[in-house]
Amino acid sequence: MQQSMTKYVIKRILLSVVILILVAFIIYVLMRCLPTSYVESMAQQRATAPGSKSYEEWLEQLNAQYGLDKGIIPGFLSWCANALQGEFGDSWKFTVPVTEKFAEVIGVSVVMAGISFVLELVIAIPLGVIAAVRQYSRTDYAITTIALIGMSLPTFFFAALLKLVFSVNLGWFDLTGLVGRDYAQLDAWGQFWDMAHHLVLPIATLVIISIGSLMRYTRTNMLEVLNADYIRTARAKGLSEGTVIFKHAFRNTLIPLVTIIGGSLPGLFSGALITETLFSIPGIGYTSYQAMVAGDIPFSMFYMCFLAVLTLACNLLTDIVYGLVDPRVRVAA
Amino acid sequence: MSENKKDERKDEVTPAQEEQQYSLNDDRRVKVLTPGAMVAKRFFRNRLAMVGLVMLVAMFLFSFVGGWISPYDENEQFYTYEYQTKQYAGVVQNDDFRYAVADDQEFGTTVQAYFLLGYNSTSGAEDFTFDYKDVTYDAVCEGEDFFSVYSDGTLLAMAYKDIINEESGSLSFNVKYAAMLAYVNGETSFEADGATYTMDEDGNIGQDGTVIAYISRFVVTATENGVTLTRAFKEELQECIENDEEEFVFTDADGETYTYEVSYAAFTNSWNVNQETETYVYDAYSYPSTSHWLGTDRNGMDMLTRLMYGGRVSLVIGFIVVLIAGVLGIILGGVSGYFGGWVDNLIMRIVDVFYCIPSTPLMIILGAAMDAMNVDPQIRMLFLMLLLGFLSWPSIARMVRGQILSLREQEFMMATEACGIRTSRRIFRHLIPNVMPQLIVSCTMMLGSTIITEATLSFLGLGVKFPFASWGNIINDVNSTYVMTNYWFIWIPAGICLLITVLGFNFVGDGLRDAFDPKMKR
Repeated sequence: MQQSMTKYVIKRILLSVVILILVAFIIYVLMRCLPTSYVESMAQQRATAPGSKSYEEWLEQLNAQYGLDKGIIPGFLSWCANALQGEFGDSWKFTVPVTEKFAEVIGVSVVMAGISFVLELVIAIPLGVIAAVRQYSRTDYAITTIALIGMSLPTFFFAALLKLVFSVNLGWFDLTGLVGRDYAQLDAWGQFWDMAHHLVLPIATLVIISIGSLMRYTRTNMLEVLNADYIRTARAKGLSEGTVIFKHAFRNTLIPLVTIIGGSLPGLFSGALITETLFSIPGIGYTSYQAMVAGDIPFSMFYMCFLAVLTLACNLLTDIVYGLVDPRVRVAA
Repeated sequence: MSENKKDERKDEVTPAQEEQQYSLNDDRRVKVLTPGAMVAKRFFRNRLAMVGLVMLVAMFLFSFVGGWISPYDENEQFYTYEYQTKQYAGVVQNDDFRYAVADDQEFGTTVQAYFLLGYNSTSGAEDFTFDYKDVTYDAVCEGEDFFSVYSDGTLLAMAYKDIINEESGSLSFNVKYAAMLAYVNGETSFEADGATYTMDEDGNIGQDGTVIAYISRFVVTATENGVTLTRAFKEELQECIENDEEEFVFTDADGETYTYEVSYAAFTNSWNVNQETETYVYDAYSYPSTSHWLGTDRNGMDMLTRLMYGGRVSLVIGFIVVLIAGVLGIILGGVSGYFGGWVDNLIMRIVDVFYCIPSTPLMIILGAAMDAMNVDPQIRMLFLMLLLGFLSWPSIARMVRGQILSLREQEFMMATEACGIRTSRRIFRHLIPNVMPQLIVSCTMMLGSTIITEATLSFLGLGVKFPFASWGNIINDVNSTYVMTNYWFIWIPAGICLLITVLGFNFVGDGLRDAFDPKMKR
């Protein structure tokens, strides 16, 4: 049985690699189909810099650097070969190696995503359970409505509202940025608090926007469990309602919950593109937004492939975790 | 549950029996509900779903009927008169000595500087001497702030603070000197270069009855090039300044009256003469009023009307995207689920690949590329719809395939096969109707999320572009902190419209899911 699981995982990983190559190819083709004027204007720009090479030289170098002088297929193959060695080229926008910039900015994103993820779990799961236990009560309606409002709020609008209330009217937080003006003068603790202070609004935005779906998911699964026969049995045995809900129902709800929570762990690295951009938090999301808008092909290529890897990892992890937590699946496999 | 039983009983009754029953005793007829009616009943009982429905109907009316009712056009710009005070002229009171050099004499700037040094060491209105390069100069005070400078008895130059404004041509040194002397001594006429000039107490220098120059300590210059200030204007202005008035009314030769504001700037020791001009400008960011209920936007367009048209764009884009995704999803998911085997495998791998393509970054890159290529806004909108539709079909395909896979194994499908019903009929009569409920729910939810995606892209300036309105690009203005803080009516209503619409779709979708669920008891 263990063997079949390993075999299954290996098969899935191989499939994921194939999918990844296909996705990378599609992205590569799209990038190549973008107007070449990008590279040309980039070369022009660089040529005007003082003490720079001539336009033709830059164009040639840029084309060669990104394999743009080759056909699409050979170009893609050389990109792949470089990528396998961890070489993603130099970012046009930031003029440093893509991986270096990535290493510089990923930390903030992960911290932000991690904190909001924990908050989300702590808030959404209890509320979802309460809503399910008191189905059709006023509490249930209230929780459902709040969850749906959270899901329906456009991030940018909600972020603007938060800024208006807490930054402009109350003046509690800065409008944008990760650090304050006097950051350099602060001691280590002060710097830590300054950053934490600046992360409050972005994290609040992330939590409220994404809390709804987990809450609804918990509620649906909890309802399903509550309708199961063994819950009726537990009640018939005369167990207290608390024991029924927390020992019998909630534990079974954990199976799907742990599955999707496990599956969403790689997503913590993807960065919150919109939120980071709105608050100008220099994380991977905002950085790649800048890169993409500037037409920075190497960085965009890297970021999109990175996201694709994360998606694949999420799917894979979901399936594996599902197999781990639910013995029924293992038997079936 | 009782309805369910009635329902089942109805199914057992053949049409003939049914007719008989009806005709026999009409009033004892049992009220029966078809499954569709049951779904409707459950749906209408769901309070949240009803709220959502009302919200949606309201937003649809607002967007599609509102644009008709609104007296304004989508791109109608409004103008307003704005009063701007522009600087018209500047007046400086001359505090520095000016020098006029006698004909054929020299009085260079260095000597001028020594003159000033000498002047500053005295108490003011008195004679003094100063030396420069072994030459001794005598400065004779002729009157207030007026000196004649001699050296060895020859008149070299004069230093004065009152300025002689010549009407035309230029006066010779001798005339100027004589005029200044006459002015400080209060004489009414003077002679110079063999001609006789008159002088009045205002400092007007006349010759043969016409005024050729005047003496005044104020320098009036027009701010704008090409504006010539008349003598009368300057004089009246000067009078006004001497009287410390703040408003200056001037009637020109044509009898037209202008009003100017005069303000003193202590820092530069000058007066600014400002004229209020009426400018015809876009009525941008005007506050809500009776004619514009939600004010006007950056371009002076009526906000409420823009919101209505923006709603049209957002909703239409949402529907078209979902239509594209739905059609693709049903066909590919259906084929995949029904035929299975290698077809299924192939289509599902395509779905996997599409799932993996990060859609938001892709849209941002394409949007930026379209920006760079200056794509026409209308074509852009078309691209946006096609792209969003093309990126979102995989989830529907997956859902349809899953449904069909589970339905295929059910008894009623085996029965259709056993009966020898055509494949097309099996698919369209028996499979598709059973997939419909899930599909409708997914599509409703998808409408909401598509509208948010479109709004987000438009907000970032990469989706729907001006001149088309969309709720997202209306909120775009909030990027300027000034607008966010001061003009709530620009972005809050658009955000609320978005929220209401998306919430409406989510409520209705949720209600439909519950209503379609046969396990639901209510």
